[in-house]
Amino acid sequence: MSVEFFLFLLVAAVAVVAALGLLLSRNAIYAAMFLILNMASVAVIYLLLNAPFIAAVQVAVYAGAIMVLFVFVIMLLGAEKLNPADTKLALKWQRPLSIVLGMALFLLLGAVILTRLGGAVAAKMIDTSPLAIGKALFTTYLLPFEVVSVLLLAAVVGAVVLTKKS
Amino acid sequence: MTSIEPVILLSAVLFTIGAVGVLTRRNALMIFMSVELMLNAANLAFVAFAQQWGNLDGQLFVFFVMAVAAAEVAVGLALIVAIFRTKHSTDVDELSQLRG
Repeated sequence: MSVEFFLFLLVAAVAVVAALGLLLSRNAIYAAMFLILNMASVAVIYLLLNAPFIAAVQVAVYAGAIMVLFVFVIMLLGAEKLNPADTKLALKWQRPLSIVLGMALFLLLGAVILTRLGGAVAAKMIDTSPLAIGKALFTTYLLPFEVVSVLLLAAVVGAVVLTKKS
Repeated sequence: MTSIEPVILLSAVLFTIGAVGVLTRRNALMIFMSVELMLNAANLAFVAFAQQWGNLDGQLFVFFVMAVAAAEVAVGLALIVAIFRTKHSTDVDELSQLRG
């Protein structure tokens, strides 16, 4: 077992435990912290997958900006202690059913992955420097890039309009 | 990494945990965070496939997914704040009528 694979197993275990912590925690702030831990460990896996720029963006944008927004809203609303109603579901059979459906989804995904995937990783190492990504972003993907910028503008205006006191 | 199958399996595990979170939790913020977990799992699969095929396009898709996730979070959290103002709760079971 190579050092790289051992590191992957270690980080993957951290990611799964953090995701389970998010699923099971009773406090929204703890859940947000677990999600940040999960995103940081996924960033390490991006590094192992030859994607250093994505790893940096993952930490800066996801674990940084987006999760700060989450924590900010949780604290603003004072919603960190989850309602007792959150543990007592309106529909009694909802939790067992969702666990069964989750297992079914995972078995389906696992079966597809184990039977359909395969083949070695491409031998050539691709250039994943910020320079190469920027070039592709502003040539091949120029139109999606502009559309996303308009989408972000619309989201900002929408957020302001929705939270404005009428 | 010489094989991407373990990474895709991890992505499937994280996606499933996120999906179960969306189905079981009743707090809108928790549902939202579970959706973020699912988006993260999808991004992980994108990067792994980009590595397998030796193609940069998968990594570029991750950028667009991240931008759309940021827009979704901005609008979604604004909606949660607006709902909290009238209902004083983020429990989705209480949002049973269209009247504000």
